[in-house]
Amino acid sequence: MLQMKTHYPDATRVEPSHRRTLAIIVDNEPGVLARIAGLFSGRGYNIESLTVTETEHEAHISRITIVTTGTDSIIQQIKSQLERLVPVHRVVDLTLTGEAVERELCLVKVVGKGDHRVEAMRLASAFGARTLDATLTSFVYELTGTTDEVERFIKLMTAVGLVEVSRTGVAAMARGAEGM
Amino acid sequence: MSEMMTGAEMVIRALQDQGVDHIFGYPGGAVLPIYDALFHQEKVRHVLVRHEQGAVHAAEGYARSSGKPGVVLVTSGPGATNAITGLADAMMDSIPLVCITGQVPTHLIGTDAFQECDTVGITRHCTKHNYLVKSIEDLPRVMHEAFYVAQNGRPGPVVVDLPKDIQFKTGSYVRPLSNQHKTYRPTVKGDIEHIRAAIELMANAKRPVFYTGGGVVNSGPHAATLLRELVRLTGFPITSTLMGLGAYPASDKQWLGMLGMHGTYEANLAMHECDVMINIGARFDDRITGRLDAFSPFSKRIHVDIDPSSINKTVKVDIPIVGDCAHVLEDMVRLWRQGAHQAEKVALKDWWGKIEGWRARNCLGFRNSTETIKPQYAIQRLYELTKDRETYITTEVGQHQMWAAQYFRFEEPNRWMTSGGHGTMGYGLPAAVGAQLAHPNALVIDIAGEASIQMMLQEMSTALQYNLPIKVFILNNEYMGMVRQWQELLHGGRYSQSYSESLPDFVKLAEAYGGVGIRCDNPGDLDAKILEMINVNRPVIFDCLVDKTENCFPMIPSGKAHNEMLLNDYLGETGADIGSVIDEKGKMLV
Repeated sequence: MLQMKTHYPDATRVEPSHRRTLAIIVDNEPGVLARIAGLFSGRGYNIESLTVTETEHEAHISRITIVTTGTDSIIQQIKSQLERLVPVHRVVDLTLTGEAVERELCLVKVVGKGDHRVEAMRLASAFGARTLDATLTSFVYELTGTTDEVERFIKLMTAVGLVEVSRTGVAAMARGAEGM
Repeated sequence: MSEMMTGAEMVIRALQDQGVDHIFGYPGGAVLPIYDALFHQEKVRHVLVRHEQGAVHAAEGYARSSGKPGVVLVTSGPGATNAITGLADAMMDSIPLVCITGQVPTHLIGTDAFQECDTVGITRHCTKHNYLVKSIEDLPRVMHEAFYVAQNGRPGPVVVDLPKDIQFKTGSYVRPLSNQHKTYRPTVKGDIEHIRAAIELMANAKRPVFYTGGGVVNSGPHAATLLRELVRLTGFPITSTLMGLGAYPASDKQWLGMLGMHGTYEANLAMHECDVMINIGARFDDRITGRLDAFSPFSKRIHVDIDPSSINKTVKVDIPIVGDCAHVLEDMVRLWRQGAHQAEKVALKDWWGKIEGWRARNCLGFRNSTETIKPQYAIQRLYELTKDRETYITTEVGQHQMWAAQYFRFEEPNRWMTSGGHGTMGYGLPAAVGAQLAHPNALVIDIAGEASIQMMLQEMSTALQYNLPIKVFILNNEYMGMVRQWQELLHGGRYSQSYSESLPDFVKLAEAYGGVGIRCDNPGDLDAKILEMINVNRPVIFDCLVDKTENCFPMIPSGKAHNEMLLNDYLGETGADIGSVIDEKGKMLV
């Protein structure tokens, strides 16, 4: 390859990436989500999952949970860049604070008859999914679990007539007695 | 005690309470109520620019030269979008600004109304923070918060987008509080243990260097005083980024000159060879570091920055200190004195010996001419003839900017206004307007190129309207010189679109605006003409016709490290004897 003719420095060496879960406490003001999502896109960071709702209504405070991947230095930059935003109170790397509890909820709709229908019911019960809706040809199941469990469940359901999926993304919390 | 008034009146009252004396703006439909409120008072003086980008750059020049926040008032839609370049510029260079933009009435937001644009959406990425005010109750708080956020922590631009119906509504005005934001509290005091470790490292350094930046200037004149004290106490050499020039006096013997892509040989080699680097208020910009994996390979690094995201962003540091430069410098000076610390005298002497060796290469030397004006010579003469005055320099972007940084010598902070991070051509003329308003009796010169100047040329009209005797000193080489230089280096000298064709007659142009035009194409006349320019108490465009082919050296070429600098042909590649070079230069420059 020809050497790139540029007056910018070369890209830095590639380091291993890790998956991290960040909890971000923010003022729930207009545009705060756009600010955070925009920071990720503008600086070229990944968002694997993003969950947000107001958690303290009186104080108008929201908690945003973001799952991202990056090298250690990128994760550190993400944290610093987030903390630099005026409405951000603090950012906690839940992956670093120890094995955080992580859950997401998914709804899946499966359509089928005969063996497929029976197999779908069996799988749902094996995973401990709840049946939210049923017709003679379809089910809507709810499953809460880790991202891996949800992924596995969806993969299996694909084989037995999956037609629709809706997922919440990850909600997470550090283990132990300490509050954030 | 709160007072009832309209939203538009609140804006003006808030500006008055924030101590604002000048605002830069351009009226339009969505800000007419504010312009009406302006009409009824005298305290806040409005400066009518000719383009909204000019308003923002003027506010930047005002802010950078005075240490106060700059204020901009523009209308919705095109008013706001025209201001974007200026906002992005202020964001990159950490200039405190408050920009008030008009917006269509709240009930029309989202309907693609006339002159509507999503101002908070568009400016989100190029401001430190922004607000869309949807209720009159929020307005006083938001106005004061905007000033607080713009100035505290790492400074930056803040946009307040104000729909027209809110400007008409009546509400109660509240005066500013001291701590205006409910949660935003940037750290200003550095961690004392880290500072202690830094002092320890400095005391044991054998080849130390101070590398300072715009953060010292932003931190205020006190920071510059403390920096001078610390540098003197330690006896260490000091270099600075483009944005930090003036924080340390260029006449001092410990000063190595600017570093980076067009920095001096001695500054860059000191950075490369040092064992302890003390970064104060600089951010390891790529124009400074060059090739990252070869950047200062032997050093332990101390980094003082108010913005935690600047630390370890591109260059790993050993001792990070998050805090305001003045606060941290104060602790550093105190701890250095308290511990009766002494620099490693013998090692430091050797280090200085090495530095003097690099200095002796005289990297800023150039072959002067009696036929054509060398751009470097023009800046040298401009400096010599203005150095005893209170002089403020602004620049555009390009070769002339680098020559100004290299050959104009700054003794005080806040005297040098340039677009560093964003590199905005067109910055200098409006910035000069702002600087002149902040310092009516000072000499304000925009060192420009013939290409850059045409990007914001209309602001000459502003200078005339307000009797601002700014001087535009154009180094006219008929090329976008820096583009041409890069085309020579990287693209085989194919000058694609970098020749400035159909140039206007700048002398006539100055006269057309009502100013004074001066042209000089002869080195022999230069001094007299510069003096003529200085002595005219009106706006001047000085068309200085310089050598068309001169390039800007020294230079760290693409993908190279600090110790692989390219020196002026005259010094490097022809292999001229250094001693004779200095003599020759000495002869010609007197």
